[in-house]
Amino acid sequence: MTDNNELIRLSAARLAEKLAAGEVTSVEVTQAYLDRIAAVDGGERGVNAFLHVNAEEALAVAAEVDAIRAAGGAEADALHVLAGVPIAVKDLIVTVGQPTTAGSKILEGWHSPYDATVVERLRAAKMPILGKTNLDEFAMGSSTEHSAYGPTRNPWDLDRIPGGSGGGSAAAVAAFEAPLALGTDTGGSIRQPGAVTGTVGVKPTYGSVSRYGAIAMASSLDQIGPVSRTVLDSALLHQVIGGHDPRDSTSLPDPLADLVAAAKTGSVEGMRIGIIKELHGEGYQAGVENRFNDSLELLREAGAEIVEVSCPNFQYALGAYYLIMPSEASSNLAKFDGVRYGLRVLPEDGPMTIERVMGATRAAGFGDEVKRRIILGTYALSAGYYDAYYGSAQKVRTLVQRDFDAAFTVADVLISPTAPTTAFRLGEKLDDPLAMYLNDVATIPANLAGVPGLSLPGGLADEDGLPVGIQLLAPAREDARLYRVGAVLESLLEAKWGGPLLAQAPALGELVEAKEAK
Amino acid sequence: MNTDAILSFEEAMEKYDPVLGFEVHVELNTKTKMFSSAPNVFGDEPNTNVNEVDLGMPGVLPVVNKAAIESSIKIGLALNCKIAESCRFARKNYFYPDTPKNFQTSQYDEPIAYDGYLDIELSDGTVFRVEIERAHMEEDAGKLTHMGGATGRIQGADFSLVDYNRAGVPLVEIVTKPIEGAGSRAPELAKAYVAAVREIVKNLGVSDARMERGNVRCDANVSLRPHGRERFGIRSETKNVNSLRAVEHAVRYEIQRHAAVLDSGEPVVQETRHWHEDTRTTTSGRAKSDADDYRYFPEPDLVPVVPSREWVEELRATLPEPPAARRKRLQADWGYSDLEFRDVVNAGVMDEIEETIAAGASASVARKWWMGEIVGRAKNADVDPGQLGVRPATIVELARMVEEGKINNKMASEVLDGVLAGEGTPAEIVDKRGLAVVSDDGPLLEAIDAALAAQPDVADKIRGGKVQAIGAIVGGVMKATRGQADAGRVRELILEKLGVTV
Repeated sequence: MTDNNELIRLSAARLAEKLAAGEVTSVEVTQAYLDRIAAVDGGERGVNAFLHVNAEEALAVAAEVDAIRAAGGAEADALHVLAGVPIAVKDLIVTVGQPTTAGSKILEGWHSPYDATVVERLRAAKMPILGKTNLDEFAMGSSTEHSAYGPTRNPWDLDRIPGGSGGGSAAAVAAFEAPLALGTDTGGSIRQPGAVTGTVGVKPTYGSVSRYGAIAMASSLDQIGPVSRTVLDSALLHQVIGGHDPRDSTSLPDPLADLVAAAKTGSVEGMRIGIIKELHGEGYQAGVENRFNDSLELLREAGAEIVEVSCPNFQYALGAYYLIMPSEASSNLAKFDGVRYGLRVLPEDGPMTIERVMGATRAAGFGDEVKRRIILGTYALSAGYYDAYYGSAQKVRTLVQRDFDAAFTVADVLISPTAPTTAFRLGEKLDDPLAMYLNDVATIPANLAGVPGLSLPGGLADEDGLPVGIQLLAPAREDARLYRVGAVLESLLEAKWGGPLLAQAPALGELVEAKEAK
Repeated sequence: MNTDAILSFEEAMEKYDPVLGFEVHVELNTKTKMFSSAPNVFGDEPNTNVNEVDLGMPGVLPVVNKAAIESSIKIGLALNCKIAESCRFARKNYFYPDTPKNFQTSQYDEPIAYDGYLDIELSDGTVFRVEIERAHMEEDAGKLTHMGGATGRIQGADFSLVDYNRAGVPLVEIVTKPIEGAGSRAPELAKAYVAAVREIVKNLGVSDARMERGNVRCDANVSLRPHGRERFGIRSETKNVNSLRAVEHAVRYEIQRHAAVLDSGEPVVQETRHWHEDTRTTTSGRAKSDADDYRYFPEPDLVPVVPSREWVEELRATLPEPPAARRKRLQADWGYSDLEFRDVVNAGVMDEIEETIAAGASASVARKWWMGEIVGRAKNADVDPGQLGVRPATIVELARMVEEGKINNKMASEVLDGVLAGEGTPAEIVDKRGLAVVSDDGPLLEAIDAALAAQPDVADKIRGGKVQAIGAIVGGVMKATRGQADAGRVRELILEKLGVTV
């Protein structure tokens, strides 16, 4: 029997091995994580990664897996490799049996009548779902401070943001409250939280993972992906959730490549890795730049060829993103009107017409950032402005895609820092939306082009001792390359550090207690 | 309640030239909805044929129904349209509770079919070509029922009920180019155009095409301009005119109303109008301007529809004969006069006559039975002639019995009543009712003697050469034999008896 404190720190791959070997039961693992959540997540100074904890159902699934294993035979042999390994799900993804809020008051208490495709696949693999994780309302933000249910705290420093919008999933994994989590990435919402919490996050190729059941922010940019502590774990999870889904028209028909095998390749010898000129240097924190250079050096030593590429149109990517994303969001969020589900607010006085009920509901139910983006998007799509805004942004999108196409003729994989800075303080950028938006400058191009991106821990910044993320980008449908290069770089870095980066994180339980005692 | 002034139609026509335009919505009869797997069924309990997609639940995504695309292509081909090589859906954004997502997924600038035409035959045989601008795919909205008001409209209602069964039903919207030059035939053309579209989609089997159920709905655009002016006048759009008769009446009314407005020197207001069947008038709906901003943009949740040329040609090859061409062929085959054929078409028994002929009847016999016997009965029963349940084989058998002299026409009609009453086959009914023609001359001669004796003056007239007076004697004999005599034989015997040769 392993000590719980050790157990929760194991990777998902290692947990899977121990479960398969009968060294530990899924109920023990699941309970250990539930205990950890109870210890560090709640309270005034808790991490607040979870909006809902699904203990009963998670333990029931764990017990079912244990019973199947105990019985042995064909059913036990047929168990998925991750069967019994618990997981947390971003609360933007709908689940039967648990509330789904999207971090918004407008969906408070709403229960989905159906499961997202990825959730169906988690259930089919018999992975206990620990609960739903916090996020910026409707995934709109880079700090999780725009959640209607309070911000999530960064396990490295509870006064700092865990990134966003998927701060809950990243923080849950970083704080050892879950070995795995699902996120969604529209402009960096998986990768940037991964960077600032010292975890791994992957935005798969657009269409690689079904979006059915992910509450849409920007349909042409959204993608569900894995969040984990190791590159191999993300590959394992990606393999569970990926593949064609007939309920998502934009889902790729191609069979999924063997991503787990790619993560186990163990070599970058002869691979061409391209530094994107426009995505480092000016505007990037010195400590971020230093760790980025460390990674380049390690890859070079490992036999990769480091080349420099230029993507001149990336400078327009942020602007284009902030037209396309709000345009689609303004339409996607129109359905939240108080008529069929969720919050309904009646006007305080005056006639009780449907328009006024819709207006009162949306005024009360949406937070400021959501309203800001709905207004932006409505404006950008308006007659007379469409060509100048939405139309131009689509052209930029094409140019960004061409930049990627050109870059991938000289490089197999591209590399950059994931975010320009380490985690900023809670509240620091809340009143400055533009500064907040700039956080996604390095992650947005991948969403505009539909290419996959992976963020992994690159070390700690010299000036603040906080995690720095390294981003890898590959051509569409070549997600396997990310896992191959990511796993090699991870092992080189961990060899240098003498263990996982998260081992250097402050002891969270004590941190929470100490802060609360203050 | 309606206070709009109108001019007489004749006066309106003297002064103005009408320009028409139609948007006809056709509900497709696919098994499932446009973007979801929920059943597409009319008339079920409200809100039962819905799933999370139709209700616009958080997280759902649409998937295009391939059968709906196939039907849309068929409609496009039947309207002589070009079929797009690639086309996209767009979102039409507006807040209204019958639209669960608060946007309608519809084709906008990339319709699946475009640039077609339809030749419309008017009652006098003139053919009028209506140009089709486009036929595009979209989804229907839910159905709102406004409760508590006097009119059933939203004004004055206390609350509204919404049924999402119809939300997401596949629609094809067929839009004409402006129709000029119809003149005083405009109301007739309007009706004939909608009838032709309805007939085409019914013939293709892609829609149930029942206007009373809203399977085919027409928005009629009307504007007037003074004779000789090129520029169009300001139009009104009368929404949801849902019967062929109403289309004709609504266009006629709007022409009269526009003429009165123009005569008064006022500008016509660009607006939607509501049609009222009871008063046969329209009332103002909502002001509509070209500036209505639906913030259309390409639907990012759907990939473009790219019908391969092979598929389009396959579908073209399966198209049934166009209704107009079929009519032309049938009239020629049957040898009916224009008038006779038009009566057949108007009575709605063309298909039935075709089947009856196929079963072995001659064209003239088939027409005589359907037009002479069955249409009248259907009218009395208030059903379509085809719904009376007369089988082609029955008519063939009745016609054969008459031809063989077993029964006469009057008896045959009686036998038909028996068949319709479910008494059995014609032969059984003839037996049961004892309806065989009396061909033994003995009883007939007795009856003739009695008839001649009863009307000696008529007998004299016949002897004197007025043979046409014979009807009175024949009638007497038929009466005496309760109609069972062969009238032709009776006539022969009377003439023989009176020694008259003709």
